[in-house]
Amino acid sequence: MVNGILDYLWLVPALPLLGVVLNGAIALFAERPFLLKEAGSHHEAPAYRKLVAFIAPAVVGAAFVVALLCVLSLASRPADGRTFVQILFPWIQAGSLLVPAGLQLDPLSSVMALVVTGVGFLIHVYSVGYMSHERAFARYFVYLNLFMFAMLTLVLANNYLLMFVGWEGVGLCSYLLIGFWYEKQSASDAGKKAFIANRIGDFGVLVAMFLVFWTFGSLSYTEVFAKVPLLRESGVLTTGLATAITLLLFLGATGKSAQIPLYVWLPDAMEGPTPVSALIHAATMVTAGVYMVARSSALFLLAPDTMMVVAVIGAVTAIFSATIGICQTDIKRVLAYSTVSQLGYMFLACGVGAFTAAIFHLMTHAFFKALLFLGSGSVIHALSGEQDMRKMGGLKKYVPVTFVTMFAATLAIAGIPGLSGFFSKDEILWQSFSSTHGSPALWAIAALAAGITAFYMFRLVFLTFFGESRMDPEVEKHAHESPWTMTVPLTILALLSIAGGWIGIPAVLGGGNLFEHWLAPVFHPVAAAGAHGAAAEVHHSTTLEIGLMALSVAIALCGIGLAYFLYRVRTGKPAEIAKAWPTLYDVVYHKYYIDEFYEWAVIRRIVNWSTGLWQMFDALFIDGIVNGAADLVRAAGDRVRRLQGGVVGGYAFSLLAGAVLLVGYILYRSVVQ
Amino acid sequence: MIAPSAYLLLSAILFGIGVVGVVARKNVLIILMSVELMLNGVNVAFVAAGSYLGDAAGGVFAFMVMTVAAAEAAVGLALLIALYRLKETVDITELKVLKW
Repeated sequence: MVNGILDYLWLVPALPLLGVVLNGAIALFAERPFLLKEAGSHHEAPAYRKLVAFIAPAVVGAAFVVALLCVLSLASRPADGRTFVQILFPWIQAGSLLVPAGLQLDPLSSVMALVVTGVGFLIHVYSVGYMSHERAFARYFVYLNLFMFAMLTLVLANNYLLMFVGWEGVGLCSYLLIGFWYEKQSASDAGKKAFIANRIGDFGVLVAMFLVFWTFGSLSYTEVFAKVPLLRESGVLTTGLATAITLLLFLGATGKSAQIPLYVWLPDAMEGPTPVSALIHAATMVTAGVYMVARSSALFLLAPDTMMVVAVIGAVTAIFSATIGICQTDIKRVLAYSTVSQLGYMFLACGVGAFTAAIFHLMTHAFFKALLFLGSGSVIHALSGEQDMRKMGGLKKYVPVTFVTMFAATLAIAGIPGLSGFFSKDEILWQSFSSTHGSPALWAIAALAAGITAFYMFRLVFLTFFGESRMDPEVEKHAHESPWTMTVPLTILALLSIAGGWIGIPAVLGGGNLFEHWLAPVFHPVAAAGAHGAAAEVHHSTTLEIGLMALSVAIALCGIGLAYFLYRVRTGKPAEIAKAWPTLYDVVYHKYYIDEFYEWAVIRRIVNWSTGLWQMFDALFIDGIVNGAADLVRAAGDRVRRLQGGVVGGYAFSLLAGAVLLVGYILYRSVVQ
Repeated sequence: MIAPSAYLLLSAILFGIGVVGVVARKNVLIILMSVELMLNGVNVAFVAAGSYLGDAAGGVFAFMVMTVAAAEAAVGLALLIALYRLKETVDITELKVLKW
């Protein structure tokens, strides 16, 4: 017990697993029989629901408390000793491949663990209220707890393979939860789409892991990264090899974190329940790719080509999906494209070597985007399931708490100074300009995307909460504020969205940038050992930094102003614009026809190929072998059956002939010898 | 003293007559009798060899075969009677239901 509370680190993933077991038992043995018996009618809430509603958030809350205590204990150590590895049990031992199941708590994984358990706990509480009318209540929380377990395994694992287990686990839970309402065709299709898109990326991670093991002879983070300088010097780890490993890892990240070209699954994932969108598809799972890239920063820094690819993909995704967000009418889809766009920012930061900024934005984004999704869920809840913003409006007076909290989150994501999003986004913008990997072009794209972000987010707020009500009168009658289980998490997340950035105020604004100091032991030794100066100690003048900051704020304000003009002052104008450029509007409205393009370019081809293989190879070749074997036996039997004529004398004669032949053979053998 | 080969020759002749009876005759009763003849042909060989070699096993084996032959005759005749009651014939060429 020399490590105090840190020896209980295993409890952090184990507690949600306990929730899975308990809720799973309830779901199987109480809820399933109940639902099968009731078959539709819903008279009174059965008692097990209360138990589930307690267990599910409680285990996650307890995991958060344990994680918090562990992190505090870690923080009390000196800065260079803040890596705690707990080996749980030997897992795989095959030849030179030794993979123990171990957990690693260091500044990076502690940020992730706190965000995952903290935001996860709030969303669990929220879910209790949001899913209160849901029939498969226990099943939902089993999946949600299982997700927490997988996600914590992912972020706390001490090696790539265990991380991959969590990586696949969250993918599975994502699939299960997107398709939670599986009776709905679109939901089950969206689940499959997410799973398949993720699998494409996972293939990259798998191959990258093979390469890592082949190169380093180990999969554990500490061993691999310790060997980097050595192998670099001895020439084993060439730039080409590092590029291959990192590009494959990044392929996995594009799948999990919804970047071009694999982002298409995330908007469709909105078919799942809204708290799921908040937890998995905004705050935690989709950031796993960013976490993995940041975790492997030592390798990425050796591959300048990969860094450029990451930065460019991030920047292009940021602006590309932001423009799609402008024309969406479904409130959750706007937020989904916004998530894709914000994840693009994080990858842009990774690509320019500013891993701290990426993780910082990951954290603040988890706060404000989870809040936005939960807020939209509260709106949808109030409107009995309506998601179309064209049928909202004037909701301010019906759902005041939701409005205020969501407005705070909108200000944060738009980058209004003082709020969390401002600090993290501005850090990324500054790094993309000033870092050795950065360039003014990247800055310009990111700043423009920030302006578009401000525009579509305020469009969302204006359409939803302001102006005349466009609601169905029947729906409007029932519009109500959500219960406390939903509004309390909203309020806490709102406070975090406002204040969460204050731990990373940059030096130029007189802050201490605690966040950067906290993460420095993870990223900076890397920078010293790497071929390139990482998070860029390049000295630009502070006036430039302040100037760029002011410029990006001005761009964001322009976006807000434009949204105000179009959706508050001249409300007829958007339709006129759409009419003036019908082709442009059509293309953007249909998400640049990317889904249709993939359908044509990839899916059609695969279907055709598969059909061809089925009809040519399977039906002709494989079936030919099987049927041929059967035909052969049948033909042989047809010949042989004639021997059985039914005449006993004939049989006796054959018997005699056989005996004579046998005896003759034996005699012949004995004579010859 | 009669040469041992004479006993074996007798044995072979009895066995051969039995074989021809089994293969050539159509009456099941005759076939059964022919089978008995074959068995007795073998018995002759057993006893002769036992006597020639001074080994009692030959005689013992002959008794063994007789016992089996008696059992076989009992079962065979019982089957024959059952067959006759069913088909009203003992002609083996008439009995060819068991074929494909």
